[in-house]
Amino acid sequence: MTTTRILVIGFGNPGRLDDGLGPRLAEAVAAAALPGVSVIVDYSLQVEHAAAVAEHDLVVLADAAVAGAAPFTWHELPPDAVDAAAFSTHVVSPAGLMALAGEHLGARPRAFVLAMRGYEFDEFGERLSPGAADNLAAALAFLLPALAAGRLAEPADGVVRT
Amino acid sequence: MTRLVIEPVTRVEGHGKVSILLDERNRVQQARLHIVEFRGFERFIQGRPFWEMPVVVQRLCGICPVSHHLAAAKAMDRIVGGERLTPTAEKMRRLMHYGQMFQSHSLHFFHLASPDLLFGFGADVGKRNVLGVAALHPELVRQGILMRKYGQEVIQATAGRKIHGTGAIPGGVNKNLSIAERDELLADVEQMVTWAQSALQLAKDYTLTNLELAQGFGDFDSNYLGLVRADGALDLYDGGIRAKDKAGVVLFDHLDNQRYRDVIAEEVRSWSYMKFPFLKALGPANGWYRVGPLARLNICSSIDTPLAEAARAEFVRISGGKPNNLTLAYHWARMIETVHAIEKVRLLLHDADLQGTDLVTSGERREEAVGIIEAPRGTLIHHYKVDRDDRVTMCNLIVSTTNNNEAMNRAVTSVARKYLSGVEITEGLLNHVEVAIRAYDPCLSCATHALGQMPLQIELFDAAGRLLHRMAKGMAAR
Repeated sequence: MTTTRILVIGFGNPGRLDDGLGPRLAEAVAAAALPGVSVIVDYSLQVEHAAAVAEHDLVVLADAAVAGAAPFTWHELPPDAVDAAAFSTHVVSPAGLMALAGEHLGARPRAFVLAMRGYEFDEFGERLSPGAADNLAAALAFLLPALAAGRLAEPADGVVRT
Repeated sequence: MTRLVIEPVTRVEGHGKVSILLDERNRVQQARLHIVEFRGFERFIQGRPFWEMPVVVQRLCGICPVSHHLAAAKAMDRIVGGERLTPTAEKMRRLMHYGQMFQSHSLHFFHLASPDLLFGFGADVGKRNVLGVAALHPELVRQGILMRKYGQEVIQATAGRKIHGTGAIPGGVNKNLSIAERDELLADVEQMVTWAQSALQLAKDYTLTNLELAQGFGDFDSNYLGLVRADGALDLYDGGIRAKDKAGVVLFDHLDNQRYRDVIAEEVRSWSYMKFPFLKALGPANGWYRVGPLARLNICSSIDTPLAEAARAEFVRISGGKPNNLTLAYHWARMIETVHAIEKVRLLLHDADLQGTDLVTSGERREEAVGIIEAPRGTLIHHYKVDRDDRVTMCNLIVSTTNNNEAMNRAVTSVARKYLSGVEITEGLLNHVEVAIRAYDPCLSCATHALGQMPLQIELFDAAGRLLHRMAKGMAAR
């Protein structure tokens, strides 16, 4: 049986408090050493990640969210989603990354966005706020079994997992 | 003119905000660019041991962590008395730095600038982005992705990892370049040189074809500042500080990095968290300066790699030997540096010193030190004091975007004066403001990248300080 190749990209600045949710999650996934699961930790999504995306069957893009539901939201990106970041952000959006992979590297796997709610971003520090730490734990409790099973799916009851 | 208060959200989000202030006759009096600047960083690192600095400072920015890593390492070299690095250590750091320059400039050109240059500033925003370029020029986008990837691989091989690299340590480096790593990088380097030359050609052709547009788009005289080698050549990693005025007259030359405060001061303005550096001798009104690719090309006497030097000579000819004052010429200059960076990578990969094993040196301990490097966006200054218990007690950073603060404000004001019609912000105005700011490649990323941010917002105020119009663009909150 062919193993499903899953890529988890956790992104954010771990030196800016809750912005470190994505990297923290990715590090925890890496520590679990699940078969078929690759992990990238970076400050932000970048164009070169499209090359890695194109080599996988399923992709999880994990980031902190400045707003939205707690503990996290989980949704699948529509296969035709396009969102090219503009201005000088130097980063690409989840949809922009997937579009680059699909149009220029020959593969656009199914992609899911895991947006963990954060609360504190406005100072330097390597800790998570208590609320964000709880949300990270909830996200991991949801994600790790799914990764272990090699199955990621949109929840039938909407995008919010509580 | 009404004094504005920056909304708290501006400090949090990694976006730019522009305020345009009109006079009584509704003419543009001044435009102000508000950019997030890291705050509280000094407090964050005070009390930490000095040897942590090269790693900890990378928390500042996810876009140019290597520049902060190396600037801090250069300062810490002096703290441990190890500023005379071993050949292996200096060349490993240089390789890391050229890799960073190559990937950063490539990303900016292909991802951020090429849509403007290929489609025009007024093109539909739905098309004027990297995906629009991809639709019409797929090979260009593929090259951009792979150039960026190559630069990141150079960083990984020298810094140990792409994020929070640890390669540079006080007095040296903690690894050399293995034969396997060298051979892997050598396999693609010729392709990278070829692609960099193609990108340079594109940037040059664009500038020359659109010279009339460029001459009326955020063009203004200024002073220029950066590092040069002892013989005056471009040196992105180390050198003395040189400044020139608008006519190309050298204001000071080969100034020791440790003495930057003798010549540079910072002005605080009530409306901005970001300071405004200026040359002390000229004062804040006339002493502001530009840094980055355009400034470096304007101040250096030569470039020590043949392809880039030939390109520099052509660049200099366009402005008759005087400093090139065109904001849009930043793109051309940036691509000359991209070629230079990959030429240096190629040279270094053939240098056996990279496989040396003498990695660290030290000497007389100091309690204060400055490290300066030419980051992709311009001169980056790190200044530290360390107590006898090895704890950092003071830190002052002047980042590249701060050095260009006044210049970017002037560029935005110039463009606003030219393209604002009436008392409403149009899509066209917003596009042109974007293009002017983008030419400087400011780093707006010292904050966070969490989902749900807005990259650019423009507000228009009348002479009484009343908000007339507001427009925002970029990634919509998700």
